[in-house]
Amino acid sequence: MSADPLPRIAVIGNPNTGKSTLFNALTGLRQRVGNYPGVTVARKSGTCDLGGGRLVELIDLPGLYSLAAISPDEQVVIDVLLGRHAGSSPPDAVLVVCDANNLLRNCFLASQVAELGLPAVIVVNQADVARERGLEVDTDLLAERLGAPVALVSAWRGEGLAEVRRLLAGALGAGSRLRRVEWPAAVATALAEVAIAAGKDTGRPVPPALAQRLLFDVSPTLAESLGWGEAARAPALRAARDGVRRSGMNPPAAEALVHYGRLRTELDGVVRGSSRPTRTAAVDRLLLHRVAGPVAFAAVMLGLFWSVFALAKGPMEAILGGVDWAKAAVAPRLEATPMLQSLVTDGILGGVGAFLVFLPQIALLFLLVGLLEDSGYMARAAFIMDRLFGWCGLNGKSFVPLLSGYACAIPGILSTRTIEDPRARLATAFAVPFMSCSARFPVYALMCSAFIGPWHGPLWESVAMVGMHLVGLLVAVPVTFLLTRVILRVRPAPFVLELPRYQLPKPRDVLWRVGQSVWEFIQKAGTVIFALTIVVWALTYFPRDPELAERSRSAALAAGASEDKAAAVAQASQVESSWMGRMGKAIQPAFDPAGFDWKLTVGVLASFPAREVIVSTLGITYALGEEAGADSEQLREAMRSATWTEGPRAGTPIFTLPAILALMVFFALCSQCGSTVATLAQETGGWRWAAISFVTMTALAWLAAVAVYQVGTALA
Amino acid sequence: MTPLGSHLILRQILNSAVVPLSQLLPGQAGKLVSLNPERPVDQRLMALGLIPGMPITVVRRAPLGDPIELRFNETEICLRKEEAAGILVDVAADCPVPRPPRP
Repeated sequence: MSADPLPRIAVIGNPNTGKSTLFNALTGLRQRVGNYPGVTVARKSGTCDLGGGRLVELIDLPGLYSLAAISPDEQVVIDVLLGRHAGSSPPDAVLVVCDANNLLRNCFLASQVAELGLPAVIVVNQADVARERGLEVDTDLLAERLGAPVALVSAWRGEGLAEVRRLLAGALGAGSRLRRVEWPAAVATALAEVAIAAGKDTGRPVPPALAQRLLFDVSPTLAESLGWGEAARAPALRAARDGVRRSGMNPPAAEALVHYGRLRTELDGVVRGSSRPTRTAAVDRLLLHRVAGPVAFAAVMLGLFWSVFALAKGPMEAILGGVDWAKAAVAPRLEATPMLQSLVTDGILGGVGAFLVFLPQIALLFLLVGLLEDSGYMARAAFIMDRLFGWCGLNGKSFVPLLSGYACAIPGILSTRTIEDPRARLATAFAVPFMSCSARFPVYALMCSAFIGPWHGPLWESVAMVGMHLVGLLVAVPVTFLLTRVILRVRPAPFVLELPRYQLPKPRDVLWRVGQSVWEFIQKAGTVIFALTIVVWALTYFPRDPELAERSRSAALAAGASEDKAAAVAQASQVESSWMGRMGKAIQPAFDPAGFDWKLTVGVLASFPAREVIVSTLGITYALGEEAGADSEQLREAMRSATWTEGPRAGTPIFTLPAILALMVFFALCSQCGSTVATLAQETGGWRWAAISFVTMTALAWLAAVAVYQVGTALA
Repeated sequence: MTPLGSHLILRQILNSAVVPLSQLLPGQAGKLVSLNPERPVDQRLMALGLIPGMPITVVRRAPLGDPIELRFNETEICLRKEEAAGILVDVAADCPVPRPPRP
């Protein structure tokens, strides 16, 4: 590798122009994914061979309609184009991807880019669709009018890529520039004023292109990212804009009027033929119909939900089976050192299993959401659902993440990336962990089958099951409302959502994204879960007291217990005397108002890395061994006969109806999943929101459990 | 006087029908008269090509009544009614009103 950095080419374009398909086609698998500093926008770049071994770095920027940024994703585009990130410079060239089917609107962005003065190449993409619709694009005429080379491409079919490479090589050498519009003298004066004022207040030079954005943009997104405060900014911008107004031009409207005015003449005669309507309008008449639309939506969502649940089941069981197999294979070899044996089987392999088990659901959900997104249906789903979610600060795109949350919160949180509005994205990510994920199911199943079913019959058993699945949703809605209206000081982005043409998703693009999300999850969340599992293992394992274990074992044997039962009793005594057992007993008074005894408290504490651990922890503390599952009759029997051993309730059963409901409500609301907390931190760009979510959910869970137990006990 | 009555008088005076975009029925079309580019939403709509004089059609409403789907400049977007209320369109007769969408 040479020491010189590769020339960098920024790829920009409107959303839904096939920009990412083109990027993937040009770079192949030579891609890297990272993050832009300070924001949770993925930085995608890749190496492209322009021919003859001449390599360049392509940067795939988020799709946008205008350089007037209104969201962090769009802000990133400006920052990259102006070279504002620390240690970076503007790119060496810009590749502007346009949709052949809507050239006028797409060229608006190209016309704005011209103001940056960077070498540029225009790609007119989706030429195949345009051809089918009877449209013909005169690329030579377009190139002549815009002043930059133009390639006609179908990235989906892989047509025209060689031409793009050739033109890029040429643009880097010759430095071809897009033709700029002529601004009136008043604008030039105002730009100079803005550049001076902003440069003085921020202490950094403000290039003309940046000054232009500050003068024209009404959204303060960019100015705030420069650190140009409201107090200094407002008078300076008002003075500059008034100067423009005196020349008869309204600054916030100027860009659209001037660029579109110029493009109308320049694009005249470029696109020939009359366009036949696409099938999209006909499909939408059905899929967005007042009655048929919601029915189709429900069917699609049910299919998605069912697939994530049902299709992931097999692989998840295989992963758990594989982990068990590995434990069984390793355990005999470490017989000699029990501590190491327990560390490897319960700690390390348990920790690996705890995050591997999520991969099937994550991969499946990303596959299906990717297909819906690329086909164009996701925007329709948002259109149908927006009314239901808009009022509490979410938006139509929140539905899919929330629904996924019922399978697993992690893919749910990861799929909030499809939400453009940063406020709605954060609010949705915050609401997702409240949805009753499949890991809560064993707790409900154990409690309902052990108590509610036998006491009140199957009808109330199912009512309790359904009720538990709704508790989280019912709590999440007011919490989200409060979060977005009272606490969250993030401006909502306007809900301007394009309904793109339907198209066939490209499998390679979707699979590539699936692979990236899975890999990111393993790297970031995986390490956290792994570490947490080891910590809980150590807390439950240490300190060891072999004498106590032996005493408990022989006492059990003397009482006529089997060899296995005696081993389980010894294990239970070890857990009771471990740090975790001591913590459980020490913290129990806090959970006493919710009706939890020390065994349940230990179960709750041990379940913070992964809530499904509660069942096996109860199995251990009730001296039944860790293999006791939610369907273990022995465990149900042991819990039914458990009584308080001390205090005012001594001798009465622990598991009364209020106590069972309190425990289930606690598990429904509590943030007991290390993976979810780590994923929230990853997706919100720091531990702050993860911590807020953890504290809020755990506090709400405790309050609700106490309320249920106290009210229930008082009524009984 | 009822709001409808005052509206009719206003219409007679101006001899045109300038109404907020949010009041257009599905299938109804008009020409953009004005919006407020000081609002980021409106500036974004202008960037998409919604400039004065541009024909604009309300294609349909969402099943729950809001948002509405708009078509202009070969672009189909949805917009909440709240935001469409500040946009004025002229639905005078010289603007061709397309057939309402088939049920």
